[in-house]
Amino acid sequence: MSRRYSGRHPGPKTGGIQSGARSGEFHPEISEDLLAQCMHCGLCLSVCPTYALTGLERSSPRGRIRLMKSVMDGMIPVTGTFEYEMNFCLDCQACQTACPAGVRYGELVESAREFIQTNKKGIGLKRVLLRKFFMGRSGLRVVSALLRVYQKTGFEKVVLILAGVIPIGILKRARLLPKLSDKFAIDILPEFLEPKSPARGTLAVLTGCVMDAMYADANVDTVDVLRENGWRVAVPHAQVCCGSVNGHAGDNETARALAIKNIEAFEETGAEYYIVNSAGCSAFLKEYGKLLAENPHYSDRAKRFSGRVREFSEFIYETGYRKPKSKTESTVTYHEACHLVHTQRISTQPREIVKEISGDSYRELDEATWCCGSAGIYNMVHYDEAAQLLDRKLENIKRCGAHTVIAGNPGCLAQIAAGAKNGKMDVEVIHLATALNRLYKSEK
Amino acid sequence: MITDGTKKRLRELFGKTNCLDSMEDRIAYSYDGTALLSSLPDAIVVPSSVDQISRLMRLANEEKFAVIPRGSGSGLSGGSIPSENSVVLLMSRWDKVLELDKNNLTAWVEPGLITGKFQTLVESHGLFYPPDPGSSQICTLGGNVAENAGGLRGLKYGVTKNYVLGFEVVLPTGEVMHIGGKNMKDVAGYNLKDVLIGSEGTLGIFTKILLKLIPLPQTGRTLLGFYDSIAGAAETVSAITAARIMPAMLEFLDNPTIRAVEDFAHLGLDKDTGAILLVEVDGPRSAVEEDAAAIEKICMRSGAKSVRLAKDEAEGMKLKTARKSAFSALARIRPTTILEDATVPRSELATMVDFINITAKKHDIEIGTFGHAGDGNLHPTGLTDERDRAEIARVESAFDEIFRKAVDLGGTITGEHGVGLAKKKFMESLYDTPFIKLMRQTKEMLDPNCVLNPGKIISVSPRCEGALPKSREQIERLTAKMGNPSEAYF
Repeated sequence: MSRRYSGRHPGPKTGGIQSGARSGEFHPEISEDLLAQCMHCGLCLSVCPTYALTGLERSSPRGRIRLMKSVMDGMIPVTGTFEYEMNFCLDCQACQTACPAGVRYGELVESAREFIQTNKKGIGLKRVLLRKFFMGRSGLRVVSALLRVYQKTGFEKVVLILAGVIPIGILKRARLLPKLSDKFAIDILPEFLEPKSPARGTLAVLTGCVMDAMYADANVDTVDVLRENGWRVAVPHAQVCCGSVNGHAGDNETARALAIKNIEAFEETGAEYYIVNSAGCSAFLKEYGKLLAENPHYSDRAKRFSGRVREFSEFIYETGYRKPKSKTESTVTYHEACHLVHTQRISTQPREIVKEISGDSYRELDEATWCCGSAGIYNMVHYDEAAQLLDRKLENIKRCGAHTVIAGNPGCLAQIAAGAKNGKMDVEVIHLATALNRLYKSEK
Repeated sequence: MITDGTKKRLRELFGKTNCLDSMEDRIAYSYDGTALLSSLPDAIVVPSSVDQISRLMRLANEEKFAVIPRGSGSGLSGGSIPSENSVVLLMSRWDKVLELDKNNLTAWVEPGLITGKFQTLVESHGLFYPPDPGSSQICTLGGNVAENAGGLRGLKYGVTKNYVLGFEVVLPTGEVMHIGGKNMKDVAGYNLKDVLIGSEGTLGIFTKILLKLIPLPQTGRTLLGFYDSIAGAAETVSAITAARIMPAMLEFLDNPTIRAVEDFAHLGLDKDTGAILLVEVDGPRSAVEEDAAAIEKICMRSGAKSVRLAKDEAEGMKLKTARKSAFSALARIRPTTILEDATVPRSELATMVDFINITAKKHDIEIGTFGHAGDGNLHPTGLTDERDRAEIARVESAFDEIFRKAVDLGGTITGEHGVGLAKKKFMESLYDTPFIKLMRQTKEMLDPNCVLNPGKIISVSPRCEGALPKSREQIERLTAKMGNPSEAYF
């Protein structure tokens, strides 16, 4: 017989009811109001990559929301399956774009992850490692150095050392990854660089951690493109990781500590806008206001900080950029990083720029808005599933016939490049800033 | 609960990985797209052959458990909500096109195929499958046949049943039956095909479906008429019909719906607009231009403030997609959306819309109305919050009145969503006793143990032994034994 949901079962009190969960702060419990917003129509199913993989309702946004609701209602405890499903989710937020009801799924799944973490006894190993890894720059430096040696030599002992620090998944493909940057951009670039055309103002650039370890060149290109367009660029050397990796894994405590360091470092520069060329980082920096909403000392500064953050393509499209004199030589397509198109709804801006610089060489990519499987550290934790999503992406790239794929996120760049290399495809995967700067350079 | 012994037999039949019975999976299959209804199944099975489904039905009859067929779970009348002692039969992985016959313009498909994917595929061959439910991006063709789904193009092209030529079906007893074929004319025997279409999973499980296709119209044009009030939009609908123009789509949105859709889709619609008519004409290019111009004039004459013509098919598609999101977008206003589909003869459209608004006011609730104006198929949607029990009760009383009014106007309680659980109690007011009796007998004859999707559309008579219960106390004792007393038998 059908049972009507009363919505208020005995169980853990859900703290987020009155306390402004609508304003969207990260709450250690899953907000009942956000959950109630889902009217389970199922329109999210058609865009969910994990539902496409398993065909099971519990691997869909609608199913996950129902499971969260059941946990909050006290119908089920936090089980292994529950935890698995929350982490199996890519957090690509394609469902959020598809959802007519406006369910803020990203916030829900992230708060569910935090809920799992806080309700677990002890602190997970993954969390400790992530904290160590991203908290300072030194962890990243050591790992990058070891990876560089491994990529050059395949030296077994390095693998053993690395295996203790980062999951084995990425090592399987480490030799396929684009060659790590020999030096971080932040080490090469001075703290201030003057514009190359009449000055329009001052910007500060986040170099990121993954971005800088793997795509330091793209960081340099980003700075060059901005300078080319009349911007004075600051590269605050005191900046740290944005905290997104920790935040998405449910460790907001570490994320908040990182946010505070960045707020201080960027304020110091006096820049009007903070430019970020990595989709994941820009999305997270825009959330600092919410992340620190309850911090008495930093809530206002965090809000102001987030208000100044612009993603690279968003910024140059909206403020105007000099169109290069020539077009790209190779055929070009654009892959939409989840944290751009779904999280920040930035799609037209990079697309228009890509179309502009490639002209007749532009090719439309099928399922351009589908996740490539990289998803932060997802491809390390869920190696096999990520590989299936990557195959789907590569098939679409093959079909569209482009030889250059442009994307705006280091995770996507690395993931697609590794797949292309593995599949012996004649495809180069580059950041938009790199594509643009090459054309600028060719004019000289 | 089904017994461990039964579960063991299910595992033997489907294999361990295709039988799910964890609490998480049971929760994930406890609901569909219908508001307020949910109930846990005991297990979920994923079949891989017709024979397995047939044997499942035999087992169900033997062990007396219920089987609930399910596609994507996007139904809006509770048709795939599990009942007590039930196993969900998941058909969503049966998603192949088995044959596309371009000489006969037919296609054999599996029931789990997503409607929208099928449409895209046939359109790439210059063919057309017109039935177009709002949920086409996610609903399955099997579910469409089971519900006899309608959608946005019903006015000109009809509904799902007009495109079903035949199927293979597993009957409740486990027998496998074949109906129909590629013949455009076929009058051999009773038309049992139409008994099974729209049977809401209570009379059979479709395992293969033969669909009719038509040539893809050369072109289409979409336009929007903006009105201060609903009256003008209703007048336009009558005027278009009177002018002998047959649009492919004639859709209507009221002000709350416009606001919600604009919030989601950002089309630049004026949020103060009282009502919008979305019209699409399709066919040969010359006729389309002529019809579009004529409709534009009719809109203006009937009191439209302005008319906006989609500049190309891409923009038209955007407008139609936005219209399809209406139901879900309304959840932006209030989290629980109770969607109904009272349908009246086209001429009564304005009367019905007025009555809906008066009733909403009377019960102090908010109703957003949109729907297929050309079909008289309205979707008044109660905007509420399931956590507010008092308001939910008022919404239910309002809909009681709305349904009774629809029936009084010569309409029906559901145009396309099905009866399922949600509208079961209105069946009596719609049909006379012989009809109800014949329906019940049909169900009893095909499904003697009532194991296939029981309790949907109608309930079969309780089998009583001894004297019938007479006093209130006796009835209560009996219904308590049988489950929830609110599940009224009639």
